[in-house]
Amino acid sequence: MTFAIRVNGGTHTVDVDDDTPLLWVLRDVLGMTGTKFGCGKALCGACTVHMDGAPVRSCITPVDSVGSSEITTIEAIGGTPAGAKIQKAWLDDVVPQCGYCQSGQIMSAAALLARNPHPTDADIDDAMSGNICRCGTYSRIREAIKLAAQSSKQGRTP
Amino acid sequence: MVSLSLPYGRCEAETAGTIAFAPNAFIRIGGDGEIVLTMPYVEMGQGTYTSIPMLIAEELEVDLKQVRLESAPPNEKLYANPLLGIQATGNSNAIRGAWKPLREAGATARTMLVLAAAKRWNVDPVSCRAQSGAVLHTPTWRSLKYGELAAAAAQIPVPANVALKRPEDFTLIGTPAKRLDTPAKVNGAAIYGIDVRLPGMKIATLAQSPVFGGHVKSVDDRAAKAVKGVSQIVRLDDAVAVVADHMGAAKKGLEALVIEWDGGPHASLTTEEIFAELEKATLSSGAVAQNIGDVEKAEASAASKVEAIYQVPFLAHAPMEPVNCTVHVKEGGCEIWVGTQAIARAQAAAANAAGIPPEKVAVHNHYLGGGFGRRLESDYVARAVQIAQHVNGPVKVVWTREEDIQHDMYRPAFLDRLSAGLDEKGMPIFWRHRFAGSSIIARYLPPAFKDGLDPDTTEGAIDLTYALPNLHVEYLRVEPPGVPTAFWRSVGPSHNVFVTESFMDELAAAAKQDPVVYRRALLGNSPRAKAVLELAAEKAGWGDPLPERVGRGVSLQFVFASYMAHVAEVEVSKEGVVRVRRVVCAVDCGTVVNPDTVRAQIQSAVIFGITAALYGNITLKNGRVEQNNFDDYKMVRMNEAPAIEVHIVKNSEPPGGMGEAGTSAIAPAVTNAIFAATGKRLRKLPVDTIALKQAT
Repeated sequence: MTFAIRVNGGTHTVDVDDDTPLLWVLRDVLGMTGTKFGCGKALCGACTVHMDGAPVRSCITPVDSVGSSEITTIEAIGGTPAGAKIQKAWLDDVVPQCGYCQSGQIMSAAALLARNPHPTDADIDDAMSGNICRCGTYSRIREAIKLAAQSSKQGRTP
Repeated sequence: MVSLSLPYGRCEAETAGTIAFAPNAFIRIGGDGEIVLTMPYVEMGQGTYTSIPMLIAEELEVDLKQVRLESAPPNEKLYANPLLGIQATGNSNAIRGAWKPLREAGATARTMLVLAAAKRWNVDPVSCRAQSGAVLHTPTWRSLKYGELAAAAAQIPVPANVALKRPEDFTLIGTPAKRLDTPAKVNGAAIYGIDVRLPGMKIATLAQSPVFGGHVKSVDDRAAKAVKGVSQIVRLDDAVAVVADHMGAAKKGLEALVIEWDGGPHASLTTEEIFAELEKATLSSGAVAQNIGDVEKAEASAASKVEAIYQVPFLAHAPMEPVNCTVHVKEGGCEIWVGTQAIARAQAAAANAAGIPPEKVAVHNHYLGGGFGRRLESDYVARAVQIAQHVNGPVKVVWTREEDIQHDMYRPAFLDRLSAGLDEKGMPIFWRHRFAGSSIIARYLPPAFKDGLDPDTTEGAIDLTYALPNLHVEYLRVEPPGVPTAFWRSVGPSHNVFVTESFMDELAAAAKQDPVVYRRALLGNSPRAKAVLELAAEKAGWGDPLPERVGRGVSLQFVFASYMAHVAEVEVSKEGVVRVRRVVCAVDCGTVVNPDTVRAQIQSAVIFGITAALYGNITLKNGRVEQNNFDDYKMVRMNEAPAIEVHIVKNSEPPGGMGEAGTSAIAPAVTNAIFAATGKRLRKLPVDTIALKQAT
């Protein structure tokens, strides 16, 4: 079947089975390899993308469920205010090690920051515990989210 | 801007035109001033692509932002790890192996550039110095950039001996330089093996015999072939692969296959049988790994004795990037794209599988989405070649997570028998340790397995930091039938340090002494070990009161040439659920190249070790691995991650290894803390929450 999907501001037409996970459409059909495969069962979060701003696991999102939703991937998340802040905090705190899970971590963190500019530790636990990092960068991820939130605070009246 | 490139092999024609100066295998300087450093160690998260350039840049006198990195091609002569003798990144020895040769490589190039400049100006080389990619003649403040000197430097004979910088003159080594690979790892640009894309490339996934050593009996592939996008089914003796236009189709095709397997001789194997074999083996004596004094004699005079049996399970590596390899088999050769810790081994494995000489195999290495020892192996390279031989054009073979877990090569299971005798004051007068399990070295580096022993399997069981007057350690090599074993982050010590540091804690408990005080009393001969123990205890507030069912546990080790002490603070719920609240680590790893990387590696290794201690357990039933994915092979997640503090002891000893030490040291700190919190001694990993449930 043919599907026209909106990804990072552009429209792409793909011819795949309707139950094909969005992950493989992005990676193998459209060549956007920044979104990663980790488990195929929504257990690790490596494949996280945004669908109309909300984080979803692309490995279990069938392409026919995307419809006219706007998909944003790691390649374009820097174009959103929250995504840019998260990426900068990741650089400042030197978060990634092997880096493989970090696309998913950044997508989850950017979605968190966009809907909650000043997350508590419990908010961070809730938003980020679906993302596994085998290199164990959790403490730096937590610090970096707080650093990004701090940068949002600047200019606010106390 | 730093440029990191992992090109598809070095193009000879291209380099010949632009490279003016290449004094050794690690440095190339172009006439245009471009400085390319060839990285003999791979980047799998441990920071080598920053710390190794730091060594070269320090001596070459260039800024890190001036260099471009390339991964080394397979070449055991030029790029072997001097501590392993093969071209591999592992055993926490990249910095140890590179420390002298790569600084010398930088110093050699710098010396030749200075000589070239002095010659050009007709001045004494002593009046010139290198700085920020240029040579300065300080009396006249003339300066020439390296690019301008490259062609002339190439004419200077390579000096045999060069002066290395004095540590007090270091401007880069010892600083928390930012990682060079971060920018590409926050925007999706970093290319891992799994991200390789080639014109006309197909994607394949596979099912391998669920029983190790089994075979394909029959395949019904009619439904799989009907899946849109599936182009081909490849049947091998012990695996079936589905080749498709994309992984979604390949996976759907795989699910549609009906495969009948012949399990072969291991079809009824269970983990229980393997441990029974190990236990039986330890009833007989093994190869003597270390003997100090006379244990038999000391035993006769012991006031009391402590005995215990410990065991650790098989563990999977589960790197976040499932194993994969892309292969293009062509007339008379093949080309592979992969992320490997051992590129020359990958090349050899591909050549062997294809039946061609290694020089006919071109290998392109990439960033590794986690290694942890899994990518020291080349089984997945050989497998990809076997499949690619049936495919016209390039094919990327990607394992599902289920295949990755069920067809890993596992950290071996071990069983350990220990006994010790205490004197009237409770101090140990003998220590006896006998253990059985797989030797990975015997398969991986056969010449290093001698007289029934190898240096990896025994590391952490011998050469303890404690002054033990009578010690006897024996090892028995027992291979689990059919189950492949491999190096796993913190290798031999991942098992031995858990056992020895738990047993030391048992001795302190038997002597009714504080675990830190007890250990300290045995460290008269090891001031560096004593220093890290005291530092960790002090920073952790050792001895400060804690709530009920919360305890602190300590561990101390000297492995990978680094000293480390952990204090773990652990809470055990009434239901038996263990939460590691805080970990304080003190480390003495000698000279520190990048302190931020040392911190990052310990933070990483601690989480890796806690994951294994709390959850890691690969089990077999009917010859099949019972775990599948991250739901039944669990990982520590954000909500369970403890606060981790790292305290670095400063000194100028040679560097020690840092990638793995934090992992081996954490399991006993956690279980010793559980003992402190509950009085329950855990002698078996992973932690058994049922045993920790509070009696009501």
